[in-house]
Order: sequence, then structure tokens, then C-alpha cells
Amino acid sequence: MGVRQIGARVQRVEDEHLIRGDGKYVDDIQLPGMAYAAFLRSSMAHAKIKITDISAAKGLPGVYAVLTYDTLPSSLVSKTQLETYPAPIIKQSVCPDLLASEEVAHVGQAIAMVVASSRHIAEDACELIQVDYTALSVAVDVVEAAKPEGPLAHSHLKDNIAASIETKFGDVEAAFSECDDTLKLKFKQHRGGCHAMECRGVLGDWQQQLGELTLYSSTQCPYLVRRMVSRQLDCPESSIRVIAPDVGGGFGPKAGYYPEEALIAIATKELRRPVKWTEDRREHFTATNQQRDQIWELEVGFKKTGEITAIKGHVTHDSGAFLNYGLLLSATTLMPLPGPYKIKNLHVTLNTVYTNTVSTSPVRGAGRPNAAYAMDRVIDAVARHLSIDPADMRHINLVKNEDFPYQPGSKHRNGSMMTYDSGDYTGMLAMVKEMADYDNFRQEQKQARANGKYLGIGLACFIEDTGMGPYEGVNVRVDVTGNVIASTGAASQGQGHATVIAQVIAEELDIEINKIRVESGDTGKFPHGIGAIGSRTGVNVGLSANDASSQVKKKALKLASILLDKNEDTLELSDGAVRVRSDSNQFITLADLALQLSPAVAGKLPDGFDSAGLEAVSYLSSDYMPHSSGANIAKVEVDIVTGGIKILDYYVVHDCGRILNPMIVDGQIIGGVVHGIGNAMFEQMVYDDAGNPMTTNYGDYLLPLASEMPEIHVAHIETPSPANPMGLKGAGEGGTIPAIGAMINAIEDALTPFDAYIAQYPVTPEYILELVDSEKIAAE
Amino acid sequence: MKASAFTYYKPNSLEDALGLLQNEEDAKVLAGGQSLMPMLNMRFVQPETIIDVNGIDELARISVTDKLEIGALTRQKTLAKDPTIRQHLPIMQEALTWVGHFQTQSRGTIGGSLCHLDPAAELPMVALLYDAELQVASASGIRSIPMQEWALAYMMPSISHDELLTKIIIKPWQGSHGYGFQEFARRHGDFAIAAAGCLIKIDNNIIEDIAISIGGVEDVPRRFTECEDVLRAIKYDIDDIKMQVLKPLSKINYLDDSLVTGAYRRRLLRGLLIRAVEQAAGRS
Amino acid sequence: MQEHEVQMHVNGKVVSGKVESRTHLGDFLRQSAGLTGTHLGCEHGVCGACTVIVDGDAVRSCLMLAVQADNCEVTTIEGIAEADGTLHPLQEAFRNNHALQCGFCTAGMITSLHAFLSENPNRSETEIREAISGNICRCTGYQGIVSAAMEAAEKLAKR
Repeated sequence: MGVRQIGARVQRVEDEHLIRGDGKYVDDIQLPGMAYAAFLRSSMAHAKIKITDISAAKGLPGVYAVLTYDTLPSSLVSKTQLETYPAPIIKQSVCPDLLASEEVAHVGQAIAMVVASSRHIAEDACELIQVDYTALSVAVDVVEAAKPEGPLAHSHLKDNIAASIETKFGDVEAAFSECDDTLKLKFKQHRGGCHAMECRGVLGDWQQQLGELTLYSSTQCPYLVRRMVSRQLDCPESSIRVIAPDVGGGFGPKAGYYPEEALIAIATKELRRPVKWTEDRREHFTATNQQRDQIWELEVGFKKTGEITAIKGHVTHDSGAFLNYGLLLSATTLMPLPGPYKIKNLHVTLNTVYTNTVSTSPVRGAGRPNAAYAMDRVIDAVARHLSIDPADMRHINLVKNEDFPYQPGSKHRNGSMMTYDSGDYTGMLAMVKEMADYDNFRQEQKQARANGKYLGIGLACFIEDTGMGPYEGVNVRVDVTGNVIASTGAASQGQGHATVIAQVIAEELDIEINKIRVESGDTGKFPHGIGAIGSRTGVNVGLSANDASSQVKKKALKLASILLDKNEDTLELSDGAVRVRSDSNQFITLADLALQLSPAVAGKLPDGFDSAGLEAVSYLSSDYMPHSSGANIAKVEVDIVTGGIKILDYYVVHDCGRILNPMIVDGQIIGGVVHGIGNAMFEQMVYDDAGNPMTTNYGDYLLPLASEMPEIHVAHIETPSPANPMGLKGAGEGGTIPAIGAMINAIEDALTPFDAYIAQYPVTPEYILELVDSEKIAAE
Repeated sequence: MKASAFTYYKPNSLEDALGLLQNEEDAKVLAGGQSLMPMLNMRFVQPETIIDVNGIDELARISVTDKLEIGALTRQKTLAKDPTIRQHLPIMQEALTWVGHFQTQSRGTIGGSLCHLDPAAELPMVALLYDAELQVASASGIRSIPMQEWALAYMMPSISHDELLTKIIIKPWQGSHGYGFQEFARRHGDFAIAAAGCLIKIDNNIIEDIAISIGGVEDVPRRFTECEDVLRAIKYDIDDIKMQVLKPLSKINYLDDSLVTGAYRRRLLRGLLIRAVEQAAGRS
Repeated sequence: MQEHEVQMHVNGKVVSGKVESRTHLGDFLRQSAGLTGTHLGCEHGVCGACTVIVDGDAVRSCLMLAVQADNCEVTTIEGIAEADGTLHPLQEAFRNNHALQCGFCTAGMITSLHAFLSENPNRSETEIREAISGNICRCTGYQGIVSAAMEAAEKLAKR
């Protein structure tokens, strides 16, 4: 033993059952007497509704119940979804009714729920429910919706502005008056969606005799679901157990609390039988939160040298129909500005605007990809204006190593000053240039252009605030067989947290990984938890697992010292036993130590031990938020005949501090980059003028496929974070955050001969041809 | 996303199938199911009856004389690998590299593609190039439809509810000629935004004969005869061809929808058409 | 409501049951046969998560009626490993190459690649990427999957 676990490419403990097909996702769970739910959803984007007849649906053989707003139980605290993240700054908060009462605000909003003996019959019954719609004004375009006279997304509001927020530091006006030149930029960032391969799903199992509800949900945040369902139904948290079993991807939209979770809880209680709802893919397009339509208008002030001195501007953020995830997406849009760049004066305002589209909430990176994109587009625009190479331009503006810890001037959501703890931004830039053979590519590009081939290279540098607290606890317990059970409030959707937790424990306790069982995503197994959001789990569980197992180790040594009658200094923990250093034949196994701390055997706890079990719990977190960072390069070739883009290569240098498992980190980064490439080139959620979603299948909504993805080359630097004892930083979103910027910069770079400015993404082939001078094409 | 209820029949002979088609008012024929099944699952179609023709072995044969007779039930995967097709209709195998994915080709059939008649479907484009003859059967007999008359309107082939497409008869071009097939889709296996197929016979640098089919740009895939007419019998000069195609291209009634504009389809088709002609000429 | 008696060989075992006409093969395998390793990701034939092998061909189980698989040989992810539990080279390679994260697309990836490589294990990276272009993965960015497929292909070619 004594094998290093932390930092090793340890195979995942999660894989065995998944590669055999033995995974257990919500829809895989069958309970005796289980019924199936389906929803009738609004076919109009904004309308007054009246349910005129449910009798035919109710009368269909196999139908157990038809629920509408009017027939929801009166015992509910509210028939409207409770606010998940209320905040005083929210001017007008609108959450959906659990089932629409009088007005629907987007296509896909739930109007009625049918519970039946099969999903087929439930869907049959939905078709029999009669609803009268009276059309209302439809707000689709967020710019129009933001205007005082714009069409209202909700008829009871005076305007569509949910909230106005800003980030402001330095003296912007003075900086603008002192700069050499200014530029104005306007661009649109598109929303895209979640598209975890497993859609959402909820299974409720109410046990009348016990007065207990078990709710299986494909969620990132089981404790949030427990809290919200408990409040919504007015029943104690202790009577609700939420289990997130195997979850088929989350990416953000599964971090919220949805009406369906409350409704399934209501249905199983009312019907006294298990009820399951499995979101189908079409519902996923209209009922699961999407990401981030934003219009950015920025003005940049800079020196002739390339130094950017000031930025001001405004963001119009499309919230979609409801604000069921508070302002987190808006806040994480402004908070990361100005990214890794040293820009001392900044003032950006943001309006969160309601429209009659699907609600938005964080998707991989939340608002950070938007902020990173804005900064990297600014850098490239100024570079082009000044004829400075974009790489040099970045070098000029990046925060330098001697600046750490660096305070850009912006603030965290809790009001404290943002601090970049550590990093080597310029070093990463140099490294990624080297990897991509940047200088040679510029030569290659020149020659290719002469032959009518349009190559482009794009850069992006980013930071990411990670490891957000307050905690994600881990309990480490050695059982009487010497096996270790680690339980945690952190839930996983495929990231490999169990492996990482096991690695940390295995290293500290010096035992084999296969002797550690990690239990997570179950409120019945651990009292408190938050969830897998914001690249926070590795940092929080890493610290807690390390701390808890260190406490267990201390406890084991102390007890062994008593039992062996040896001084603790003479003992060591190795290979599952506490041993006398000088005499390896004298030892006591962890199993025996655990047995001694099990009072049923011992009669009483040994002196000096005030808690049962060879176990300890820790809720250790980072002192402040560690910042991951990175530099990316994309290389593309644009076909100006078709508008097609071929991604040639993609390079990442990433710094997430001390790496717990490089295989897992690389997996997170590569997957994240491809998500970003999807945003940049493929994924487009199109709504027509009436608010009808036009891309609700995977033929029309394009997710990135293996056939178009390049090889993604990943390298790391490790600057340990001083913010926590293990030097950890988060890694879950660092692939996605810079990728859109790198891609768009590369595509724009390829189109330099056409003096193209890319004002929106995804960049479709059609848009490419619009950018390419048509006269030049005609001459082709 | 579960289909609404229907009655399912699986006839084992053509005769039985035709009898069912004659008697069932609201029936859909299920062949490979790669287009029909999604529409059933999404309840875009809710037929009372499904007639599964997969048990009719005689519909799945390929035979060759001076013509190729391809049974309507022949799977795309079979066409993609069949040596007879490779020898006589290599363009069909090239076109199939653009059709869906290997898992959908496992079940998808040529007859299904022709009857579903997606505007961007590749196999109808190939059939168009050769003026294929389509044979449809009903309880009252067999009739033959020239491919150019097959498409009546958007996704509406010239076949009535009691008829079944049984075979596709293709007469390969004789003598030295070349073929080209060009398509553009956003991702591998997606429906084409535009596609162009070309057969060309060049003698002494003169285009002796040419056939062009286009897909994805209009309501239905079709022969681009306006373009063939301007190119036939002229000298093969690609720069000249680039100019010659402009006028016929302006006569197309381009699809224009919320995802792709007609203006883009036009520019794209022009590029693809030139590439298809060049590719065909290069192989002639 | 019309029902049919169906019987098929799934992973070498006889599975029989009653199905409604409209029940697709994926639902039958998951609900009647209890083989929940086959996942439904889109039910319109694009995502590939539900891919199973029917009579040697990889097919979308959401695009085939259960009644159509009557008398067929069906292999699902549960039948990919050897009878004694030994993992198939593809499964081994998936673990070695971190080719899965959430695991939801994995069954369809492995069944697709199983059929694809069984036909011919000598495949280039481009061919493999095209072969799995009918299988969507949101987690991995595909790179680990492609590496796994290459590793398994090499092993299978030596068999």
C-alpha cells in the first residue's frame, strides 16, 4: 500500500455497473402498483385558458386521476411554484402555477396532469382534455420585450423587467475621457438548452402507514427538492426522502425545483400509489429550463498600446417566461467581468426580461461563458482595430503572476470583494500558443488564403470562480468489516465524484479503493447537501473527505494507542490496520477498532471517546473561492461555398490547482469544450413570432456529434490554490466557458479577408455566407 | 411520446397486403419504419391500422437484366453493400453515405424513402437521375409510374391509399460516363440543406448527355431539366458552366423556412451543383 | 386495444409476453423484459441511446415495434459481456478510456460499436466517428469513446 491516490489516473468506481447496463436511473425503477403520469401542456405561447372538459379523459379506462389547478389539494401552501431563490433586488417575481390556472406564458407550460395505468393511456387521456385558448400579446424578441411599450409576457405586469442589476468599479467616465480610442460592440448570445441524455424524471412513493414520501428525482440538488416540496406541501422535511439515483447528466437545468416534483408528490399522496413521470424529449424542449439569450452592447476604451482601460455597457437578458431560478444566471453573467484581464474601470448593467419562451437558468457555466465570450470578443475587436496580434493583445491585458492575489474590483454575490487567488495566465497563454504552433499557423494561413482556403485561429482566456461554499459534507465511517462507507450530500450526474471521494479517503486511510463505498444523492443517507453546481463539488467534497478521514485516522490512532498500550507517536495507519512502527506483528485492524467503538459490543465507549463509531463528519470548505483559469485555441477552416466550418484542432491549457484525478478532469474539460462548440456552431432554439418553438426534435436542434468534433488536446498547469489546504480548484465548467469565444474568434479570423464581424452565435453556414462578400463569391 | 393505439397486421404475401390495403380505410404501410415510427411516437400520425410489409420476402429482392429491379423492401444497408449495385449504380452507394446512420440503414428501405418523399431524401434523387420506373400494385392490378411523375406535392407521392410500391426499375446508363453526388448538411447523417446529383457523358470535351437531380431546395426532389438543357451539347468548360447555371438556378422555387432561407439554399445549391458536375466529369 | 403474444431470444434467453401493437421494442425490453440497460433518450430515432442488436444489426429500439421483433434474436447491453460476467473488450475499453460519464448513452454506444466492429474491426478513426455519429453523448465530447473504440477494435481484430 502507500500508493498515491490523489493525482493518479484512477479508474472510476462508477463505471462497472454502467457499462454492464446495470445503472439505475429514475425511469428504470418499477414499484408495485405504480402509475404513470403525463402532462397536457400549453400549445400557445401566451393565452388566457379555460379548461372546458375533463370528463372524457377521466372516463377513459385506465385513468386514475386528472389534476388541474382547480382540483389541486387545498392543503398546499400555494398552488403556485414557490420561489427557489428569492432576493430583494427582484422587482417582479413570477413563478408558474403548478398547473396553469388562467394564463399560460409559454408553449409547454403544464395545464393538466393525467395519472393512468400506463404512459400510453395517460397520453391518450391528455388528448381528450378540452382547453379553450384566447390569445394574448406574445413577447418573443427580448429587445422588444424590454421596451416599456413592448408586448407583455404576463398580462398582470406593467412591464417585462424582472430585475435590473449592475457591476461597477473604478472611475469609468474618467477612464473614457483619458483613453486614446474607443470601440462599440454589439452581439447576441444564444440560449441553447440542457439536453442531458436522460430527460428529467420523478417517481413519488407515498407510504401512508409511515407518513413518508420517497421522491426519486433526476436532479442535481436533492436537498433543494426536499426543501421546496416540503414547503410547497406543508409537510416536515423529515417526512420526505429525496433520492437522486443514477442521473444521466445534469448540466444545470436539473439543479432547479420544478412543478412536476411537487405534482408527483401530490399525486402519490392523493392516489396512495407510486406515480412516475418521465419527461419525454419533446417535453424537454419546452418544459426544462434553457440557458442564456442575451444581447450585449459594450463600449471599450483603450490606449494605443493595446491596454484596455475601461468598459461600459448593457446586457439584455432573456429570462424566459418565469424566474423560477432567481437571478443566478443574471448575476453570474456580470460577476466574472472582466475575466482574466486587468481592466480597472467597468460599469455594466443588466436587465432580466420576461418573454414567452421557456424559462432560463444556469447551464454549464451559468453566465460565465457569456462574460468570457464578451471579454474575448472585446479583446479581438480592439486587437483588430489596432492591428495587434490577438495573442499579443491578450498578453498585454492579462493579469500577471505578480498581481496575485488580485482583486479586479467586482464583488461576489454575497457582497465580498472578488479575489483571484492564484494562477499563471500569461504562462498558460504562452503554453497554448506553443501547443498549437501558433506562429507557424499564421504562415500556413497566409499560404492557404492564397489558394482560396480560409483557415482561422482563435484564442480565449478565462477565469472561473469555483468551489462555492458553504459546504458539501462528507461522513466517513469504518464499519466492523473494515470497509469504509463515505456518505455525502453532494449529488452526481456522471462527474465521477464517488471516485474522487474514494481516492481522497483511500490516500488518507491507506486502504484499497474497492473497500470504500460512497453513498450520495440521497437525503436519507446524509442530513445536509447543496448540489452539483458551479464547479464546486470536487473542492468541497475533496476537502471534507480529506478532513473527515483525517479525523477518523486520528480516532483510530488514539484508540489503538489505548488498546495496544503504546504511545500514539509509535503507531502508524497502513493497509487497513494501526501498526506499531517498530514491530509490524503488533497491530489492530480498523475492523477491530470499529468494533470497539460499537457500544453494543463494548458496553460503553472507551474513555476519552464521546461519539460512537469509527467515523467522523466534516463540512470543510475553501476559505474563499478558488479561481480556475485557462487558455484555449481553436483552429478552423471555413468553406466559403457552403458556409461549412471544419474544426481542425482544439487546444486547452487549464489550471484547476491540484488535480485529484487527471482522467476525470480531462473528461470534464473535453466534454465541456464540445458543449461550447455546440453553442458556437450548432445548437439553436428557434421560436417563431408567435412564440412557437421550431426546433423540438434532434433533427432540427443540432447537438454536436462525434463526426464533426476535432481532437481536443488538453494540458494542465497546477497552481495550488492558497484558499484551501489541499490547493484545489473546480473543473466542471472550465471546458465550456472559453470555448464559444475561441470558436467564434477562430471563425472570424478565417473570414478576415472579408472583414467580417460575427455578431451572433451559433454561427450557421447561412450566416457565414452572409458575412462573406457576395461579389467575391460570384467571382469564384 | 407514445404512439396512439392502432391495429397491426403483418401480411406474409403481397396478395394479403393488397387485400388489407383495399379494406382498411385509415391504414399506414410500415416498411423500415425509420420515418413512420417517429411520427407515430410523436402522434403526428394516428392511423387506425398499421400494415407491416416486412414479412413479404418477394419485395426485398434485387435482380438484374439490362435493368436493375430493386424490391421496395430492400434495406438501405443492403443497397450500400450489394455488389450488383456497386457495379451498376455506384452513385446510389455514394448517395447512401449521406443517408442517416448505419443503425437507421439497418431497417430503412428504398421504398420507404420513395414513399415518405422527404424533400431532401437522397434515394429519390438517384431514382430521378435514371428516370426510374416505379411499380405500384393494388388489388386491381399493377401500374407503372415514371419517377418524374412520382412526386405530386410536398411529401406526397403519386400513390393511393390502396396501393403499395413494390419495385423500382432502373436502367443504368450505358457507355463511358461519370457520376457525382454532392450534399451539404450541418452534421454527418442530417437531412441535406441542399443536394445535387449528376450523371454526365462527355465526348470530345462536349457534354453529350447530362442528368441532374436536386434535393432539399424545393418541396420535392426533382430533375433539374432547365439546367440540363443549357448544359447539354455545350463544351465542357467549368468556368462557363458556373455562369450557365445561374439562369436555371434563378427559376427554382426555393424552400424558405424559419431555419434556412431560400437565399442561402440558392447559393448553396449553386456551389454543390458545380461540384457535382465537376466530380462527375472527373469520373467520366 | 389489440394485443399480441410475442416471443424473442434476448441475450440468449427466451423472453415472451403480451404486447400492445403500439408498444415499441425499447419499451418492451425495459418494461416487460426488465432489461432497463437500454435507455430511451429521444424516442424519435436520433440520439441512439436505445440502440440494440436485432438479428445482427444495430437498430433503434424506439423505431421498431415490439411485435416486429417476434422470433428475433435480440442483444442488449446486458448481453454484451460473456455469460460468466467477463467484460467484452468494448466494455473494458470504455472503462480504460473514460468513455462514459453519466452512462446514459453508453448502452447505445456499445451496442452500436459492437455491431459495427463485428462486421469489420479494422476501422479508421474517421470511420468510427462516423459510425457513432448516430449516438449522442452530452458528457464526454466523444474523445474517450473514440479512443475506447480504437482500443477495442485492435483487440477484436486479433481475435
